[in-house]
Amino acid sequence: MRSDLVVLGVAFGYLALLFLIAAWGDRRAEQGRSLIGSPNVYALSIAVYCTAWTFYGSVGRAAQFGPGFLLIYLGPTLAMLMAPFLIRKMVRIAGAQRITSIADFISARYGKSSSLGALVALIALIGITPYIALQLKAITVSHAVLVNYPQAADLRLADEPFWFDKSFWVALVLAVFIILFGTRHLDASERHEGMVAAIAFESLVKLVAFLSVGVFTVFVLFQGPGDLFARVAATPELAARLGLDAVPGGATGWAGMLVLAFLAFLTLPRQFQVLVVENVDERHLARASWLFPLYLLAINLFVIPIAMAGLLLMGDADPDSFVLTLPLSADLKGLPLLVFIGGLSAATSMVIVETIALSTMVSNQLIMPLLLRTRRLHRSASGELAGWLLGIRRVAIVLILLLGYLYHALVGDAYSLVTIGLVSFAAACQFAPAMLVGMYWRGAHRRGAALGLIAGTLVWAWTLLIPGFAQSGWLDATFLEQGPFGIAWLRPYALFGLEGWDIYTHSLLWSLTANLGLLVGVSLFSRQSPLEQTQAALFAEAMHPHLLQTSLWHGQTTRGELRALLDRYLGTGATARVFADVELQESDAEQPATPTQIARAEQALSGALGNASARVLINSVVRGEALDLESILSILDTTSETLEMNRRLEQKSSELAQASEELRAANERLRELDRLKDEFVAMVSHELRTPLTSIRAFAEILRDSGDLPEEKRLHFLDVVVKESQRLSRLIEEILDLARLESGRLTLTPQRLDLVALARHSVDAVHHMQEDRGVALEVAIELEEAPVIGDPDRLEQVIINLLDNAGKFADEARPRVRLNLVRHKTHYRLAVEDNGPGIDPDERERVFEKFHQIQRPEESPDKRRGRPRGSGLGLPISRGIVAHLGGRLWVEDAPHLGGACLIMELPEAPPETP
Amino acid sequence: MLSAPRRRERLLALIVLASLLFTPPLVLVPDRAGAISWLPLYLFIAWGLVIGLAAWLMEHPAPPAERTPPEE
Repeated sequence: MRSDLVVLGVAFGYLALLFLIAAWGDRRAEQGRSLIGSPNVYALSIAVYCTAWTFYGSVGRAAQFGPGFLLIYLGPTLAMLMAPFLIRKMVRIAGAQRITSIADFISARYGKSSSLGALVALIALIGITPYIALQLKAITVSHAVLVNYPQAADLRLADEPFWFDKSFWVALVLAVFIILFGTRHLDASERHEGMVAAIAFESLVKLVAFLSVGVFTVFVLFQGPGDLFARVAATPELAARLGLDAVPGGATGWAGMLVLAFLAFLTLPRQFQVLVVENVDERHLARASWLFPLYLLAINLFVIPIAMAGLLLMGDADPDSFVLTLPLSADLKGLPLLVFIGGLSAATSMVIVETIALSTMVSNQLIMPLLLRTRRLHRSASGELAGWLLGIRRVAIVLILLLGYLYHALVGDAYSLVTIGLVSFAAACQFAPAMLVGMYWRGAHRRGAALGLIAGTLVWAWTLLIPGFAQSGWLDATFLEQGPFGIAWLRPYALFGLEGWDIYTHSLLWSLTANLGLLVGVSLFSRQSPLEQTQAALFAEAMHPHLLQTSLWHGQTTRGELRALLDRYLGTGATARVFADVELQESDAEQPATPTQIARAEQALSGALGNASARVLINSVVRGEALDLESILSILDTTSETLEMNRRLEQKSSELAQASEELRAANERLRELDRLKDEFVAMVSHELRTPLTSIRAFAEILRDSGDLPEEKRLHFLDVVVKESQRLSRLIEEILDLARLESGRLTLTPQRLDLVALARHSVDAVHHMQEDRGVALEVAIELEEAPVIGDPDRLEQVIINLLDNAGKFADEARPRVRLNLVRHKTHYRLAVEDNGPGIDPDERERVFEKFHQIQRPEESPDKRRGRPRGSGLGLPISRGIVAHLGGRLWVEDAPHLGGACLIMELPEAPPETP
Repeated sequence: MLSAPRRRERLLALIVLASLLFTPPLVLVPDRAGAISWLPLYLFIAWGLVIGLAAWLMEHPAPPAERTPPEE
């Protein structure tokens, strides 16, 4: 038996440590070096989800119902995966509207309805108090197990007076803690830095404690997981508890529990508090969306091994206490104490956050609206009400904790831990339709939400809460079996005759059906007030990038009145902060307040008193149409349309820009073509004039000098004939070129043999080349080279190439080589010479019209003997080859070292017979 | 956070995947696989996989394909 004094010392020492951490956190926040500004701390603070219920109850549930307990954690895993969509939107809305709790959230969505807020607060109070009781019970029981082991724990509990109950004192210490760190600011939408720091620390403690006892069980009590599960497999009764058959309700119960946990995770007041209200940075959600599920996985890793080990070793002892009794049975000193602290941290963190959330709801949604109805309050002195408000919240904290303690002391023994937890989960789920549907459907109406909430909660009470009371022996339990007054279809666990389901899925199905059905049904037939329409739009369009966050106040009030209002409710300090950037002098008091000032005043009041009360107060000083709802609505409605229009306009204008760019390029090209045309005309005229001039000159000589020697006369006539021939050839070429460029060149493509054509062309120029002394080699190794082409035109091309090569071959020993090879699916006809070659830069220019290669080493008189080209042969050749689907280009000559012109034509497809 | 549309789509796909992995009929498969139920082991493996994928999706910087056109 452990010394009670040591246990108490450690437990209250741990609580003292929490005070230190929270004080440190608040101090750091005041210095502007926040402890909680990290996504990891945020994820740890969400782990307040893991209460004493997880710590002790999971093992109990696993021992009884197999792996079904994991659903309580898989649901939140799914919810956190959706955090970047769903929770982000909640955070955005809460930030914009200065939301202080889930009751405030729902009340704000439905037109800042104070009655709806009160309803949510009331349901939360009824549904969650048992959950707080559960935590206190866990502390009492774990302490008793620790101190009394190996005696059964509950022997002494019943007859102890409450002042011997440790959980009563823990609750009192917690009340002090929460009052100190949870009500520092009047503005409940501000973060509780110290509190969150303490919660995150507690999450680490409970994880370490649970992992320690898990490692101890698997690796010390057993020789690793293999050994443990081998022994489980050898016991059929235990092995059966690993499967789905052990889960109540089977596959249906499985799915129902997943939905229950998913919804509860989003709607439990403490989860809403840490997820939404205490979120300091939206971006932290990204890390938390996987880190928090990882935390859940880690803390559940050893649950099944511990449950199985407990069943193997402890027999029929209370499975909820296996976590403690396993290390106790091994007669360890330190580990049971660590486990007790782990359980204590799990319980206290939940109690702290839940109580803050509930007390905010109670003060802002239940008490404040009532107080505002008494006129006397409006006449109270400056700052007095701020004190009142904090006082109300502090009293609420103590009352909630006392209520939890009473519940624990009176009913607590009847239920196992997990059962109470799930009843609370199902109650919190009732907020889900009003909250989630309201966030996405603008049509959801206040009356539908209220009726849905009431109906859902009544069904919940009938199917879960009241049967629970009956099982505790408070009520006659016969109605469970036979129904009230013998009406069988009203039996709480088999409503409308639906039997064979587990009680939670059954309750969830009926309560959510009633809730959602009424919400949607009534909303479809109700007309929203303008304020509700606006709020609905602000919620549904919260992720809208251009959303206007300030309300458009059009009413009339003076700055003095506004200031007096804030003074009364928030105190002078807060008022000064609201008007921090405005010079507010006494002389201004009669000045009308600007819409921004009114909006800021309303926001400040919302953060402290909740949306509904803030609205009532602002309306009490603002005269006239307070809020220009019409304009907000039209802004919201038009922004989405405008965005779409903008998008289309942008698209159009980019198309336009592209089109004008294309036009500009086309214009450029046209100008270029025009310039080329002018150049061409000039060149053609020049080229035509040269032979024409000499013809004319010689003809004049012949006409004017009658006594010319016969020999000379013949020579002159010869020149005239040659120049005329050149002239007509030139004109022929120009015509060809013109036809090519205008696309009017008529080609008659047909299948032909390039080998035969090349040989024929060689024969045609052979004589002329020999005259010039050009040595012509022909290297054709192919038998046949079928291509599609116009034989006349192709021959013209080949002759032109040979002719050109002859002209540019070496002066002294001119050589030209024709070569025809197959290259992949093409044939290449190459004509090379042994001339000086063509510079790489010049190679494309030889295909320009009238381009003539200058040969600087040759003097003009040396060139005279050589025939000159027109400068049109290559452009025409290239045009013809291109028309036939081939290419023509210049390379270095591989054999003779001069230039090499290569014509490539595709191989003709095989002839079809 | 979700500036890149592909990340949004991937996250949606992951949510669908997780929902399928955690619900019947998929959970029935490991439950009936052997002499004793493999369901707990399956759940932890599937859970770990989902968390791993989520962590990868949330923590790695936006893939280059979303900012610049692909090389090919």
